Amino acid sequence: MFMKSKKLSTIKILSILILFYTNFMSIALASTFSEEQTVNITKNLRCLICQGQTIHESNSDFAESMKKYIKSELEKGKTDEEIFSSLVTKYGQWIVYDPGISRNTLLLWSLPLLLFLIGGVIIANKIFRKHEL
Amino acid sequence: MIISQLGYYSLIFGLLTSIFIFFNSSIQLKKNNLVISDKTFGLIGFQFFFVFISFISLIYSFIVSDFSNETVYNNSHTTKPLFYKITGTWGNHEGSLLLWLLVLTGILLGFILKSRNEPNNYRLLTTLFQQIIIIGFFIFVLKTSNPFNEIFPVQTEGLGLNPILQDPALGIHPPILYLGYVGTSIIFSAALASMISNYVNKSWAKNIKFWVLFSWIFLTGGILLGSIWAYYELGWGGFWFWDPVENVSLMPWLSLTALLHCILTLEKRELFKKWTIVLCIITFALSMVGTFLVRSGILNSVHTFANDPSRGIYILTFLLVLVLLSFLIFIIYENKNFTQKSEIFTLSKETAVLINNWFILYFLSVVLIGTIYPIFLDVILDEQISVGPPFYNKLILPFLIPFVLFMSIGPSMKWIKTNFRIGVKSFLVIVFTLILSFITVYYIGEKNIFVLLLFVGFFYLLFKSLDQFREKTKNFAQIFSHTGFSLLLISILLNSFSSKEIVKNIQVGESFTLKNEKIIFKKIAVEKEKNYESIIGFFEVLDEKNKIINLQPEIRIYNEPEMATSEASIKTTLFKDRFITINIIKDQNFFNVRYQHKPFMIWIWISTLIIMLGGMFAIFRKNKEVNI
Amino acid sequence: MSENQIFTDFEVVELIEEKQINFSEVLTGKNFYLINIWSSWCEPCKDESEYLLELKNNTPVMMIGINYKDKKKNALNFLKLYGDPFDQIFIDKQGTISINFGAYGVPETFLLNNDYKILKKYIGPLSDKDVYEIKKTINN
Repeated sequence: MFMKSKKLSTIKILSILILFYTNFMSIALASTFSEEQTVNITKNLRCLICQGQTIHESNSDFAESMKKYIKSELEKGKTDEEIFSSLVTKYGQWIVYDPGISRNTLLLWSLPLLLFLIGGVIIANKIFRKHEL
Repeated sequence: MIISQLGYYSLIFGLLTSIFIFFNSSIQLKKNNLVISDKTFGLIGFQFFFVFISFISLIYSFIVSDFSNETVYNNSHTTKPLFYKITGTWGNHEGSLLLWLLVLTGILLGFILKSRNEPNNYRLLTTLFQQIIIIGFFIFVLKTSNPFNEIFPVQTEGLGLNPILQDPALGIHPPILYLGYVGTSIIFSAALASMISNYVNKSWAKNIKFWVLFSWIFLTGGILLGSIWAYYELGWGGFWFWDPVENVSLMPWLSLTALLHCILTLEKRELFKKWTIVLCIITFALSMVGTFLVRSGILNSVHTFANDPSRGIYILTFLLVLVLLSFLIFIIYENKNFTQKSEIFTLSKETAVLINNWFILYFLSVVLIGTIYPIFLDVILDEQISVGPPFYNKLILPFLIPFVLFMSIGPSMKWIKTNFRIGVKSFLVIVFTLILSFITVYYIGEKNIFVLLLFVGFFYLLFKSLDQFREKTKNFAQIFSHTGFSLLLISILLNSFSSKEIVKNIQVGESFTLKNEKIIFKKIAVEKEKNYESIIGFFEVLDEKNKIINLQPEIRIYNEPEMATSEASIKTTLFKDRFITINIIKDQNFFNVRYQHKPFMIWIWISTLIIMLGGMFAIFRKNKEVNI
Repeated sequence: MSENQIFTDFEVVELIEEKQINFSEVLTGKNFYLINIWSSWCEPCKDESEYLLELKNNTPVMMIGINYKDKKKNALNFLKLYGDPFDQIFIDKQGTISINFGAYGVPETFLLNNDYKILKKYIGPLSDKDVYEIKKTINN
């Protein structure tokens, strides 16, 4: 009985974890067009001619133009996703800091989670099955 | 010129000594002789001495600006202040590797001196493995990165040091970081030695714990200095960018943290023997991967100052050999020596350590995969992707909540078996945590429930850690490092959610506002220094109480090499930093001004220092029993 | 825009008469279009002029200039000094037009076919080799 209830609680913990996780993934960016929205977009774009800087942080010609470009696109009523995807077709996936989920990045996202699950199984084995090692 | 030559020959002598030590200690191992090995240990002193002489010669060449030396010519200039001439010694590929070698030999010497009471064959075997690493690095330095190359004809002036590296924090950042990185080499060597000499037990754990703590403290300090430098030098107020080079220092830190908890368990309960050894190997491999990634120039990053693939390939090959060697030894000795009879109970400190390792290794895998996946994708499919903060936030933040909850209750678990009782006090801690979290979230105006949960977790950890002060046998090491960690998380979270920023293009005399503050651009002045010319902007900030705060951001135009950098002006208070930078706009009279409020910045630095302090407590109170 | 990708339409303003038109209207009647982003303050652009003139005089390509973050007076002076290789020139005061092409800065050159497909993209000034490559593409 004692063992069983313990197992149940690990399942609970796991399901709560998954819940947290999925909810975190769904946090949306800002909803209305504002200065904040521009910043949110430019913070997720790499300044391609700089070294390790975002568009938001950079004062280079390229970054300044990009900021204006994004503002004008937002004024035209484009959504964040539309802007990101059009920039990706123009400059490649390299420009966005969020790798997103695609065929190429499936392993990137799933590998750590898979390792976490495997680790969990190994540890559960150690703790709950009292065999001598 | 002669000094530079001296440095070179001293290196050669160092290599010869290494080879001699290697064979000498092999022979002694066979003889199983307990007396003569003191000679070997004396030789280790000589080896360190030779590298030290070599290193001093290079520093000397930098100080006197000996431009017959290629490294000095490429990285120094007569107009550099003395401090930057000296720090320039390791601000380049060749010099930094020489420093690496110095630490590598120095650590071995330290280990030998500190392990007088350990079994002789364990000490000899550790020496042997460390020599393999040392010889590998000697050859690497001499073959691909000789810091004493001569150039002819002798130049009269050098090319200068990259201005963004001319900074006090960055001057001492590499030596501190290297002590951390290279400290892991002795952990690696000792782990292999302990396996072969059947010494993976409590006394080994006691012996190696010092070096784990040593590396961990210095690595923490190195990362801290790097962050501080990035914060004020790179000019946009960030301190952590998930840049590959930062990740590379975080990875061994994570595995060292996991190892630290395992070593303590091994010391107490003789548990997790295999896993501890594996962690020792992983930790060192990650330090080497760090060197490989940085030195090979594979990374697109602000830190890369070497772009020579052959160097990277050498390190990678060397690393592969070492890892294969260690796994071979692991497989051979695995079942011979690792008997473990103790049982693990569900509610025990052992379980807490396992869970700690589970999460830390997960975080490590996120950072590792996030860092190297893009490289593989680029090589294999020729597709370039960026893995930036959104990736790390999504994969790490949700897991941080259960992690800190386990971390909160872990320390109050007992070894072997715990009987939990939930008293009124623990209930009060929870209520207090919830109230404080609600207030905080309300105050920063964040409606997201997950931000609330993060605060709940972090505050709970803080109070539970502080609560340990009431215990009869206080474990300061654990209390300080855990308290520091919770404070760090809280400050980072507060900082990221309530930073404010405004960017304006204005002329002298104009002003703008941020929240209740008025920022006035008073005047501009030009000053000439020895190695740069600076344009200084004078700003006055009127805060909500109409108190005047003066800020003087600069644009520095360095002469050698010619390059402009933006120097932030920062006023730190307990609750927030005021951070301002200016930039020139081409062809115009305007200046681009970026003014920021960065709340709780100083707490990020302080809490990291508290974490390090915890480590120091563990080192200096080693006679007393140290609990996790 | 990486090579082989088609862009969506956008509006441009002509340098001399300052008339506003859709860029797709510009791209008509030819088999190949060469788009060059340049500026009077850009040093490598000066050296690049002769290559562009050579392409203009020896190939049936339509030469389109994008004048990047420049002043009209300086731009016209530049053309007077180094020659005008362009059939049409448009203004990019803010640098945003160039972003439509996926450009990084000045100078940059794109070769398009009549399907508006970007065949070749050159970041930085053109070289002998690049000019040879462009000629080969056009003449085939």
